[in-house]
Amino acid sequence: MLANFGYGALVISLAVSLYGIGAAIYGERNKQPRWVDSARNAMLLTFPLLTLAAASIIILLVTNRFELDYVYSVTSRSMPTYLRVTALWGGQPGSLVFWSWLLSLFTSAVTLRDWRRDREFLPWVIVVALVTLAFFLVLIIAFENPFLRYWTGSSGAVVTAMFQPRGLELFTPADGRGLNPLLRHPGMIIHPPLLYLGFVSLTIPFAFAIAALITGRTDDRWIRLTRRWTLWAWLFLSLGLILGGRWAYDVLGWGGYWGWDPVEVAALMPWLTATPFLHSVMIQEKRNMFKHWNMLLIIITYDLMILGTFLTRSGVLSSVHAFAQSAIGPMFFGYIVITLAVSLALLSRRWDELKSEGELTSWLSREALFLINNLVFIAILVVCLWGVFFPILTEALGIVGQAFPSVAHIFNGQKVTVGPLFYERATGPLWAALLLLMGIAPLSAWRASTGRTLGRGMVAPTIASVVALIAVAAFSEVRQWAALLAIWLCFFVVFVTLYEFIRAAAARAAAHSLNFIVALWQLAGRNRRRYGGYIIHLGVVLMAVGIIGIEMFQTETQASLKLGETLALGRYSIRYDSLAEFDTNDNRNVARAVVTVFKDGREVGELYPRRDYFYESDQPMTIPGVRASLEDDFYVLLVDWQPISTQNATFKVYHNPLVNWLWLGSLVFIAGTFVAAWPEKDAQPQPERSRAARAAARA
Amino acid sequence: MNKFVVGGLLILAAVVYLIASSTIAGAQYFFTVDELLGRGDEAVGTPARISGAVIGETIQYDPDTLTLTFEVAHMPADNELLNDEGGLALALHQAVTDPGRARLKVVYVGPLPDLLQNEAQAIMTGRLDADGVFYADELLLKCPTRYEEAAPDQAGQ
Repeated sequence: MLANFGYGALVISLAVSLYGIGAAIYGERNKQPRWVDSARNAMLLTFPLLTLAAASIIILLVTNRFELDYVYSVTSRSMPTYLRVTALWGGQPGSLVFWSWLLSLFTSAVTLRDWRRDREFLPWVIVVALVTLAFFLVLIIAFENPFLRYWTGSSGAVVTAMFQPRGLELFTPADGRGLNPLLRHPGMIIHPPLLYLGFVSLTIPFAFAIAALITGRTDDRWIRLTRRWTLWAWLFLSLGLILGGRWAYDVLGWGGYWGWDPVEVAALMPWLTATPFLHSVMIQEKRNMFKHWNMLLIIITYDLMILGTFLTRSGVLSSVHAFAQSAIGPMFFGYIVITLAVSLALLSRRWDELKSEGELTSWLSREALFLINNLVFIAILVVCLWGVFFPILTEALGIVGQAFPSVAHIFNGQKVTVGPLFYERATGPLWAALLLLMGIAPLSAWRASTGRTLGRGMVAPTIASVVALIAVAAFSEVRQWAALLAIWLCFFVVFVTLYEFIRAAAARAAAHSLNFIVALWQLAGRNRRRYGGYIIHLGVVLMAVGIIGIEMFQTETQASLKLGETLALGRYSIRYDSLAEFDTNDNRNVARAVVTVFKDGREVGELYPRRDYFYESDQPMTIPGVRASLEDDFYVLLVDWQPISTQNATFKVYHNPLVNWLWLGSLVFIAGTFVAAWPEKDAQPQPERSRAARAAARA
Repeated sequence: MNKFVVGGLLILAAVVYLIASSTIAGAQYFFTVDELLGRGDEAVGTPARISGAVIGETIQYDPDTLTLTFEVAHMPADNELLNDEGGLALALHQAVTDPGRARLKVVYVGPLPDLLQNEAQAIMTGRLDADGVFYADELLLKCPTRYEEAAPDQAGQ
């Protein structure tokens, strides 16, 4: 049977992983490269094995094998095939298999590279990768087996088990429960795999960091080897977060994209350490500083990634009082504690070898500004950790209240939580500080910048941004100081970044007597990392513009309308024209309203907000009608309607200024990451180039 | 080196201030229905987060004012207690069917949530008013029977 086959593949890959760990350590300790090669082969073997396991699940999902608990839980007969395939990550057991498969794919890709220069890293990279993989496989096999089946006997009770219990027969339900309709959205289909891609690829720089710590080859080689991996991991992680926001905006019908839900915070946390890591490794490469810091960052990132995998999928955080609800909770926390302890012990052993060779000399030097940037990111991380763990902390602190009655009214053991207000208030100024740093840092110099040199570079962008701010204030009704400050920061960063591009391109154009555009192109091509980074910064600013727009200027209203009546919100209004209710052939009942949208009294189009009711899962889903432009989104929800008797319908409308810059900015952001991660032409090894040159000379 | 220590301490102080002040501004007490009602007048006006089981027949919605009212029954919040009652789905079922459970009337203004139904778990953020009604600003719903593994019954065949 296919289920047994898939289960077997999982068990064998666990055995192979354990063998690989043993072989790699034995080979390394006893200087026997044959054993290390064998470990590498074991590593490579996990990929086809896990491919078989994942393929088995997909085949079972696609062929309606509802006797499997997992297939029953996440699919139903009415679902189209592509949704059944993506149901692989529709539930916890399947997503863990998918996770393991990705890990195996990436680590196999890494072990296939040319290792001649870095032979000593190989066994330890294999060990870290396989330990991670083995941990996930144990979880899957012991607690989250996707191949569990239903069995039943004469008593009629249904038992869930992997293998046939004595005297029971296989039980096949007629249809499955189906995927939650809220998840049947393109954003939700791509969002989890992207987030997982990001999470999984973060294992690679961590594995190299640990290899560097164990072998004592603590120069920046591990960073150079994994730079591109980290960048791709970071891109996927960022995209996963952005798409999750887009899904919430399109599907959840509350006019927002980010709610500081603990699950969202859990996915954000690894990003909050990966981003400063990307920045501070540059300091190590250029100035041989921050070596301890980089090690710490990648270790924390790895464990936050494991924590994020657990928190985002297990659902433990969505319930009010749940932290150890599922059996795998203690496993995850145990694994995090152990890996953290071992990594930190290794780090402390190499502490003296990782001494900085440079020294901070000025607050205005680029390395100091990078350090501040790192600290601000870590501050945001601390805010997030505080917010996520605060409820547990307050409950635990009841002990303090019992011991000291004088403070019993504060530490009363009552669980206290913090909502979005906490996160917005605490991180708002920190995000603003990051924007400001993004503006200043590109103008600073390594080692030392004086206030004067830095100031000289800032004159033009500062003047331009102040002029732009005055223009915004003159042509709009924005008066809140926080909004004005935020808008000024955005202008400032944009102008600094453009100024950097123009200044350097103009210099190049003059030096090589080139056309300005050609010079700009060559410039970006010559130093992809730097200019790719600047493009990413521009993308981030555009996203900030969208966030400022929706967070600070969102307005909303709601009303119940008779046919032909209108509802106004700011410069917009809607007129309720008609409503139709009908069944579709994919088992939905759709109530769809037609409203005409007016802007400044002029008709600008129609919107069709609707409510789909899924018979099969007995669940409605609200789909907004959205009129999107660069200026704003006008977002209409059909809240309620009276069938037949009266023709009233209730609408809720949101005006979300500038929000599309958030999505637009993310495209610029992706483009910038591609520029930064694209292989440099001159990165080719020396001998090959000279051979090519010789060949060219001969020709 | 001193200027870096001073600068670092300033940054640290700023972050501590941000976290502390925001915690005070954003704190919400977790209560069960019993705990909230047990605190009497003391609980009135305190920002609180309540978890309860939705009683289906009490759900009323006025689309003209978008005012939703419903009652929730007390349910245990502790995981161990929930497990004793046979998991979330069963605990919710027992809370709704047990007439002896304390009940709390909830008012919420906004669109009717898609997941609101009998025996859903409601997690409400808001304040208890002097009239004994809980005014929720935020309403989250969970329907465990729909998502969590539960073996299908024979009737499904």
